[in-house]
Parts: sequence; C-alpha cells; structure tokens
Amino acid sequence: MLLTRKAEFSASHVCARADWSEERNRSVYGANANPNGHGHNYILEVTLAGEPDPITGMVFDLRELKEILNDEVIEPFDHRNLNREVPPFDKIVPTTENVALEIWRRLNPRLSRGGVKLANVRLYETSDLYVDFGGEA
Amino acid sequence: MKLTRRYEFSASHRLDTPALTPDANRDLYGKCNNPFGHGHNYVLEVTLMGSPDESGQVASREALDALVGRRVLSRYDHRNLNADIAELNGVVPTTENIAVAIERALNEDWPLSARLDRVRIAETERNIFELEAKR
Repeated sequence: MLLTRKAEFSASHVCARADWSEERNRSVYGANANPNGHGHNYILEVTLAGEPDPITGMVFDLRELKEILNDEVIEPFDHRNLNREVPPFDKIVPTTENVALEIWRRLNPRLSRGGVKLANVRLYETSDLYVDFGGEA
Repeated sequence: MKLTRRYEFSASHRLDTPALTPDANRDLYGKCNNPFGHGHNYVLEVTLMGSPDESGQVASREALDALVGRRVLSRYDHRNLNADIAELNGVVPTTENIAVAIERALNEDWPLSARLDRVRIAETERNIFELEAKR
C-alpha cells in the first residue's frame, strides 16, 4: 500500500554554475539564472510503500512522518535562500531535480525501515513543473 | 528520474463515428455528439525520464517547451480537432485518440537525450487519460 504525505516550503534560489560564464548560464537556465535570485512555493509529496501494521492499522505513524519532514526538509528549507543557506546548494545548482535528489538523501535513511520503503519523492517547483525520484540509480 | 511539464490547449471537437447510425451516435456519445461541436481546455502533461545532465536538469525546459509548442500546442490550440489536425482526420477525437496522436507527434524523431516516458491529458478535471510512450 502507498501512503503519500504532502508538505510545502517557500524558498529562493539562483540556477547558475560558478564555472560557467554568465552568457552560458543564461542560455541554459534562462530567467532562473537571474543573479539576484527568485523564489517558489515548492510542494513536496513523499510516498511510502508498506503494509498497515496489524495492531495500529497504519503504514507509518503520520505524526512521526510529519516531524521527520519538518526536521529534514521544511525547517531547513522554508523561507531560506537555497544557494546560501542549504548545503549542498552552495556547490550544486538547486534545480528542481537536484533539490528532489537532496530531499531523497535526507529522508531515505529515516523513512526506509522495517517493512516500509520510501517509494517516491515528487517535488513541484510550480504547478507547471515537477520531478519524481524513486531512488533509481 | 522523471521530469513533468504541464501545458494547456483549448480546442473544439465533436464525437461521431461513420460506423454507426445518427441515432446510435447520439446514444453512444450523448452531448458530445452535438452536430455543432463543443470545446475543452485540455491539460497536457509531458513526462520525460532520464538522469540530470551537467546543468542538473533532466532536460532543458526551453528545449522541451519549444518541442511541445512546435509539435502540439501551436497545432492544437484554438483549433477544431475534427477539421484542423491532419493526424485526426477520419479519427473520432476522443481524448484517448488525442493522447495516441500526441504521443506519436512527440515521440517520432524524438530529439532530446532524456526519453519520452508518458503523456497525460485531462479533457476536464474529471476525465483524465494517460498513455505510456512507446520505446
């Protein structure tokens, strides 16, 4: 059975590589490369796979899931500048893809345990763009 | 990793098949058989599958938008699907058939390094069709 929990955070970022020229960054990232940054209301959907516990009837304790999402993602990411305040985005470009990968890295050790597995991280940057990562190599 | 981009187009159509009598068409398609046609704001989701490149992106948004714009949106938006779209000629423009036509228009001679994974089309918020891309 799949269980999905939704969370939101708002953050600013710039998409540009330090080792590329301004022109190249602009041609690859467009307005996302604007040097002073911009922001999004990100929507995160975290999906766990598992079976309901025979006693509690739950795949995962939702209160604990909320706390883990808060600790690992919302608290460190919300109302932050991703490039300046949230490692590794001082070194890695915070594209939606890279932010989703980092969220997976932070969540997977705490959510995949016992019979439960982190099955998917879906991250919406806007309503018109989202990425899915399921831990594939 | 999958990257999904959402687009919209507005178009008119009429569901009617020459294989059935006018009465049978009316029974089958109901309001969608109205001879004067009707329209929808279609929502199209295009999903690509791949690994982030050196820019940290599965695909360039600009390249994907240009591709979908050229092959689908510029041809489908504010059109009559029965009359204006060559590949829907002689095809009942159900959303199922539109999904097949759009998958083909996008996937044929696919120019990006991430592959096309699926197309998903909502005719209205209540009717949604999803088609895995051919590999």
